[in-house]
Amino acid sequence: MNGSGKWRVSRRGVLAGGSASAAMATMLDAQPSHPRRQADIPVYDVSFTVNGEPRTLSLDPRTTLLDTLREHLQLTGTKKGCDHGQCGACTVLVDGFRINSCLSLAVMHEGDRVTTIEGVGSPDHLHAMQRAFVQHDGFQCGYCTPGQICSAVAVLKEIEAGVPSHVTEDLTATCVPSRAEMRERMSGNICRCGAYANISDAMAEVAGVNV
Amino acid sequence: MKPFTYERPRTAADAVAAVLRKPGGRFIAGGTNLLDLMKLQVETPGHLVDVQDLGFNKIEPTPDGGLRIGALVTNTVLAADPRIKRDYGVLSRAIVAGASGQLRNKATTAGNLLQRTRCPYFYDTNQPCNKRQPGSGCGAIGGASRGLGLMGVSTSCIATHPSDMAVAMRLLDAKVETIDDVGTVRSIPIADFHQLPGTTPHIETILRPGELITGVELPRPLGGRHVYHKVRDRASYAFALVSVAAVLQRDGSGRVAVGGVAPKPWRVEAAEPLLRRSSESFANSLLSGAAPTEDNHFKLALVERTLAGILHEVRA
Ligand SMILES: Cc1cc2nc3c(=O)[nH]c(=O)nc-3n(C[C@H](O)[C@H](O)[C@H](O)COP(=O)(O)OP(=O)(O)OC[C@H]3O[C@@H](n4cnc5c(N)ncnc54)[C@H](O)[C@@H]3O)c2cc1C
Ligand code: SF4
Ligand code: FES
Ligand code: FES
Repeated sequence: MNGSGKWRVSRRGVLAGGSASAAMATMLDAQPSHPRRQADIPVYDVSFTVNGEPRTLSLDPRTTLLDTLREHLQLTGTKKGCDHGQCGACTVLVDGFRINSCLSLAVMHEGDRVTTIEGVGSPDHLHAMQRAFVQHDGFQCGYCTPGQICSAVAVLKEIEAGVPSHVTEDLTATCVPSRAEMRERMSGNICRCGAYANISDAMAEVAGVNV
Repeated sequence: MKPFTYERPRTAADAVAAVLRKPGGRFIAGGTNLLDLMKLQVETPGHLVDVQDLGFNKIEPTPDGGLRIGALVTNTVLAADPRIKRDYGVLSRAIVAGASGQLRNKATTAGNLLQRTRCPYFYDTNQPCNKRQPGSGCGAIGGASRGLGLMGVSTSCIATHPSDMAVAMRLLDAKVETIDDVGTVRSIPIADFHQLPGTTPHIETILRPGELITGVELPRPLGGRHVYHKVRDRASYAFALVSVAAVLQRDGSGRVAVGGVAPKPWRVEAAEPLLRRSSESFANSLLSGAAPTEDNHFKLALVERTLAGILHEVRA
């Protein structure tokens, strides 16, 4: 939580403006774990693990998993693009399944195991997919990248588990990680910089498909 | 989002009671449609009843050789089930033609059937929309209506039902199973489940207030070739302009249901014998009574050409 209280106050200050910000700061200091609490709105306790660490929070039920990760747990690797399930920037893994964290309420994740880009690998111990993205320049600005990598990791598992895709020719045959399969399955992750070709190369390398 | 309260009951009876007890009570499953609409304040429930612990997450065989899909089974799990892939291929194909991998991991069987229209005027609270706000008018009629419907529509609303999965379920003659607050169980043929708009486009299904979907039953497998062709503006991750689901038998008989043209999956059983004759004669019968706009008139030809492509491929 180090230093985050200050950040909240300054952002609230901007929103509330002028003299109101002092009062707001006092209120926030008194309730450091409920930065978004409003008097008339109930809060709910929720516990889940994030990147292996148990977390317990008291939240306004409107808080999405995405906002919880970014604004309450300061895990800002996960990005907000559209906030409506249309871009994939917010992709995280929940119990191993990739989901859009912007379209999910944090209070609905009691007991779940959440993995964000910070938990996929670390700077000292990159996940093979992270290393491949670096090697193949699978990004330009990097904004979509955490979502792309979480999705890419899950895509290879989905293929292994026999989940079909729109381009799977024979539904009953064993799924294989072809280029076409991987591209189709990554369509929920939009990249404004158009790094798609290099993302495809990175995934192909990890999947062991001829690059 | 408007403020709301939240609970997560453990039994269907508690869930149904909970949704009726508080004003503005709503079930929430994957949340991928409801939360999207709540953020825009198109939907403003006062109380959310989370159904994830009710145990409706299994796919089980039925005594008469079909399958019963729990309401909470996700789209990914359903499309990947070996029995669905083998015996109900059109359902797997329809599901994976919709949304994205991330969304399908959250989207549930019940939530998918109850997802609301993608009409852009419905989504924009500054626009008139009889579905969102009864009596306010329809922005789409006379507006930009390229993506909207032409079958079963009315002078109040020309919205389409956006689900791909529902088109396959209509083709397969699935039944929607529900339970209500006094424990009455219903098994609703999917043909009767979605309602046409008439003068009440805000009423979209036959469900009564508080009625909970517990599952969907598929009859015994049909055999034959299973096809789902979706035509859209992008190759992936886009809603259908039109989609055609078909199960075709060796003897030339078959079934066809169409998405993207109506407020429900569009199927006319009486037209199906014409499939043996030609795609034109079948499409003419299927789409008779069409009320296209200038913008969406192209869908008539698109349905027929998509079907012609399917027949060509299957019969080649
Ligand atoms: C960007 C984007 C693209 C998409 N593209 C497609 C597409 O191409 N094709 C397609 O078919 N879909 C598409 N979808 C829609 C997606 O399939 C739906 O959002 C999803 O299926 C809804 O399921 P859910 O479980 O998340 O429903 P929720 O959002 O949880 O609920 C939807 C509705 O169902 C009700 N409900 C849920 N469960 C029950 C129950 N058991 N009993 C009674 N009522 C219940 C809720 O009260 C709510 O009204 C897309 C969505 C997004 C965001
Ligand atoms: S077509 Fe239906 S949903 Fe769209 S604006 Fe008209 S009334 Fe609303
Ligand atoms: S921020 Fe979640 S999909 Fe765009
Ligand atoms: S790298 Fe910039 S959006 Fe993808």
